Amino acid sequence: MKRAAQLVSLAALAATIAPPALYFTGAMELDAAKSWMLVAAIAWFASAPLWMDR
Amino acid sequence: MADDTTARGGEPVDEFEREPVPERARLGFSSFVGQYAGEHTAGTELMIGPLFIASGVSAIDVVGGLFVGNLLAVLSWVFLTAPIAVRARLTLYFQLEKICGRRLVTAYNLANGVMFCFLAGAMVTVNATAAGLWFDIAMPGLNDIYPNSVGWVVTVLVMGVLMTVVAAYGYKVVARIANIAAPWMVLVFIAYGIIGARQLGIGSVGEFWPKAQELIWTGGEPLAGRVKFTFWHVMFFAWFCNMAMHIGMADLSVFRYARKSWYAVSTAAGMYLGHFIAWLSASILYAHQLHVTPDNTAVLPGPLAYNAAGIAGVLCVIVAGWTTANPTIYRAGLAFQAISPKSSRYRVTLLTGAIATLAGLFPAIAMKLLDFVALYGLVLMPMGAVVFVDFWLAGRFGFRSRYAEASGVSINWAAALAWLLTLAGCLAVVNMGGMQIYFIGLPGWFAAAALYIVLSRLVQRKEVRS
Repeated sequence: MKRAAQLVSLAALAATIAPPALYFTGAMELDAAKSWMLVAAIAWFASAPLWMDR
Repeated sequence: MADDTTARGGEPVDEFEREPVPERARLGFSSFVGQYAGEHTAGTELMIGPLFIASGVSAIDVVGGLFVGNLLAVLSWVFLTAPIAVRARLTLYFQLEKICGRRLVTAYNLANGVMFCFLAGAMVTVNATAAGLWFDIAMPGLNDIYPNSVGWVVTVLVMGVLMTVVAAYGYKVVARIANIAAPWMVLVFIAYGIIGARQLGIGSVGEFWPKAQELIWTGGEPLAGRVKFTFWHVMFFAWFCNMAMHIGMADLSVFRYARKSWYAVSTAAGMYLGHFIAWLSASILYAHQLHVTPDNTAVLPGPLAYNAAGIAGVLCVIVAGWTTANPTIYRAGLAFQAISPKSSRYRVTLLTGAIATLAGLFPAIAMKLLDFVALYGLVLMPMGAVVFVDFWLAGRFGFRSRYAEASGVSINWAAALAWLLTLAGCLAVVNMGGMQIYFIGLPGWFAAAALYIVLSRLVQRKEVRS
């Protein structure tokens, strides 16, 4: 469980920074980047408390 | 910006308050990296970055000034604060009590508490700019002093009350959220800069520097009511915006837990993530706003973040503001409670939060955050010089260290006068001598040190003679 949560958290962090980087290179629209960042935020706050700071 | 005296994952220091930190409680290097990275990525960073642009800074001045200023801040922690912290292993307050006496520490606590209240007020203001987005309220402008709409007042009051109640009753929950949110917040702050750069038409890393000079930090005239910033303004601001913590010695309370004094290099995580990348990112967002709507000079973190990163961006502003206001209100309450120990901590925290909320109604504090932060450091800095001199130089200059503890006085007048005369002198030089507040901290620290030496020899002349 903890390992799975850590993987989700890692993916959430990647999904936080990758969409802005893709938008910067022109490979993604801004609205899509914003949506991915929101999904990433939800995933981070859902998964990180399961293993961080416990 | 950051608040004061935390250790171990952002929780307030409430252990070993009157004894040295024992070996078993000491912490490793990584504890401090996480703490400083999180604490210095606060909601107020989104105010500070844009204010550099409002001050007409150039690209080379802002990047160079931030690099050097943050390096000097790190070195101040490493060479001034941490060596004393790991030798004495006491909180600033207990060390000051030994040097200055109980009543003088109470006065210091009062000053500390008042400054914390205003700082927390700025954080409430930042959060209100984010929460207000959903209600389409009229938000304050760059030069507004007073609240400018009923909607603004209501939003600030609601945010302030929520933050205050949570600080009083749910402190630990928010402290935990702060720790959990820190890695995500740092990335969102970086994302602001990346998105803002693209919005300004920068399409590759190679284009960044030329376009930064042309579109972001153009080095032109400052906006109305702002001082023109040069390399020196930026450098001294970056160095001294946490003056209370390093040369003011407040972080003795943090680094007393460090196994080695070199762990203070961990402050670089906070300086270069929060006070370099986050400030530059926030600057880029504001430059984009000015590029698109030149007449819109308002520095409103909520809308800035929303335009760049949507709801996730606004969420980051709220989390960053809330998680730093939470310990700030809590600690202001603790400082006030020290003056009246019999008062309930909850009631004191609620009262403190009410004052912070009232302060948050006035946008002037947030809009003049650069000046306020400089003043905040200035008020607390002289006591850092007193601690430094007392620890390292008292014997060399022939007076007794920890004089209040040795003599039993409740006010060590040498420390009291060194504090008050330095502060009065610095403010006089700023207000009447024309020196800008960003530059007075360094000479002020040496003035406080010299005054404490001279006055200690006078106050302790009987002991000195013998």
